[in-house]
Amino acid sequence: MSSRTLPLLFINLGGEMLYILDQRLRAQNIPADKAKKVMNDIITTMFNKKFLEELFKPQELYSKKALRTVFDRLAHASIMRLNQASMDKLYDLMTMAFKYQVLLCPRAKDILLVSFNHMDAIKDFVKDTPSVLSQVDETYRQLIEMYTPLSSGEFQLIRQTLLIFFQDMHIRVSIFLKDKVQNSNGRFVLPISGPVPHGTHIPGLIRMFSCNGEEVKRLQFRNGGNYTGVLREGSFEMFGERVIKLGTNMYSVSRPVETHMSGTSKNSAQKKSVNTTPNPLAKEELNMLARLMGGMEVQKPGNADSVLLCYEHCFNQQANAELAKIMGDFTEEAGEPCSSSANSKGDDLLAMMDGL
Amino acid sequence: MASNMYHKEKSIQMKSSASALYNNLSVLRIAPRSLTYFTVVHANMVNMVSASWDGLNYSHRQLQSKEANVATSSSLIMQAAWCVLPSRDILVLTSQKGIQMYESDGSIMVYWHALDTPETQTAQAVFARGIAAVREKYICVGISSGSMLVFDVPIKGSNITLSEVLEEHKESITDLASECSGSLECIADMVSADDSGNLCVWKSGEDFQLLNKIPGFDMSCSSVKLWKGTVVAGYGTGQIRLYEAVTGIVHAEVNAHARWIYSLDIAPFSGLLLSAAEDSLVRVWHLTMTPETNSVEIVHMYNECVTDTQICGAKFCDGDGYAFAVTGYDLSEIIRYTQV
Repeated sequence: MSSRTLPLLFINLGGEMLYILDQRLRAQNIPADKAKKVMNDIITTMFNKKFLEELFKPQELYSKKALRTVFDRLAHASIMRLNQASMDKLYDLMTMAFKYQVLLCPRAKDILLVSFNHMDAIKDFVKDTPSVLSQVDETYRQLIEMYTPLSSGEFQLIRQTLLIFFQDMHIRVSIFLKDKVQNSNGRFVLPISGPVPHGTHIPGLIRMFSCNGEEVKRLQFRNGGNYTGVLREGSFEMFGERVIKLGTNMYSVSRPVETHMSGTSKNSAQKKSVNTTPNPLAKEELNMLARLMGGMEVQKPGNADSVLLCYEHCFNQQANAELAKIMGDFTEEAGEPCSSSANSKGDDLLAMMDGL
Repeated sequence: MASNMYHKEKSIQMKSSASALYNNLSVLRIAPRSLTYFTVVHANMVNMVSASWDGLNYSHRQLQSKEANVATSSSLIMQAAWCVLPSRDILVLTSQKGIQMYESDGSIMVYWHALDTPETQTAQAVFARGIAAVREKYICVGISSGSMLVFDVPIKGSNITLSEVLEEHKESITDLASECSGSLECIADMVSADDSGNLCVWKSGEDFQLLNKIPGFDMSCSSVKLWKGTVVAGYGTGQIRLYEAVTGIVHAEVNAHARWIYSLDIAPFSGLLLSAAEDSLVRVWHLTMTPETNSVEIVHMYNECVTDTQICGAKFCDGDGYAFAVTGYDLSEIIRYTQV
């Protein structure tokens, strides 16, 4: 349907992935400099110039399988390793989060504000790294250039395209279940209360006019909901208040449900205390992801320092090689137009991610 | 408002869920066989269910988009709708690739029209959307470019021909509707709506004639109906507007829904209006015409909240509005309501 959907899908899913990884890095007490490196490496790959050029071309959405492969490779763009189960879980969380955001967007156009929320957070992750920061800023400009001129109908087409992509996905996410935004059958709660979208009136008024335009009658009807006002319009520029909260980090430190998980400060190397998670499911989900860090623990006798050591070891020997290969391929391809045959829609991007 | 005007009946299960598309439900009542057909689009397929009136027999059929390729999303169906002509009923499917027309029960495809798709992907999407049977012999279909195709349909057989291309809209067509009162006195035969909210009013014939253009207000009009010379239009802002078709005079403005309206329907014998939106609400209204004063009144009759569902299709099942059916995004059932 809409050929402008892929950039939004990629950036928002990528943003959710970064939120989850960031939370796990903090929860597992990975040293700040290592954690930062992981985040920077992934964000650098995500916003690679050639990759984005390809991404922003008009094209149909990838199949679910093709997109999953892109994210598998993105998740491995640093020294971090995830096993199959962890990657599955990560992807489930990412996709259900973005599905939720798309569904709950007050206006179709607000998907762009959701994207800016993700971008704002990503910018904050790399604020100390000028080279990556400039890539992120460039992406803002591309988003603004491509999407701000679109009409409401074109945004609705993008939204409909995304909803077809997410159709029939009802994976239960504990953070959503806990917050009561998802039912136990996996379907999201759609409130008939709260503010109405910017540009919409609270339902209830009927105005009738005569032939010469004069209002001759007014009727009120009960709207069956509990609407409380009209939302302000968020900013569609590089900076500004987005108003819409969808797409902000629901795993961030300030959330009450998460504080026990990231109780230790970023810079300490304390042993992780036993978590008494109110919702055992939440801990379980994210701990599966934690194996991406702890996966290396298997090779060394278990103690908190082992992760650190292994990290150093891997970082020095393996990481640079991996990264160099991926980044090398991007620069090697400079000047070559990317072919895109009808049968290999995802292949170009996949090849770039792969570095093969 | 009558809070118990309708009650919920047994739902009809479908083989797959409904996609979030405008006007995603079409209903065909076949009185001689005591059956009703329902069609609902799911991505690149159409679910067709036939339900016997005694509630005992259901049969399912699924129609594929032509040139559907499971691995890509490039052959999605935008809309499926029944076109009722005097001598035959045609099921029309509009997709990214073109227009498919089937005979009555969906068993035989009688016509295929391919859209011109550019060699390389353009930023502008290509698809067909908006379907209406007009007078005795035409089926009109809208295109994403804003053009409308007029097909001439013979009494029987597959010799359907493209009669005319109407180039009036500049934005993607969202919906088409033909005059549904059955009255031959109405001047206007069809109304077309687009993504900028512009409405065009037409008279059918060898050459379709543009009678009037009603300007939009930069908000998509996703669903439109034409009844007794009155255009009823539903917008992305949740508003419903009533216009006199040939003059464009605004009869009424309703702050009807808190989200994007996805479907409107009219029961032509009773003047009941059905509206449904992403806000989970289905509302029933009543329209009254007063020809002497050339006025149209609209009053609110009933609300139905389909919990946690973004509604994408809502249609009356009969000309009086005695029953209506609803579809929602991600829902694999057709929910039915009948008057108490």
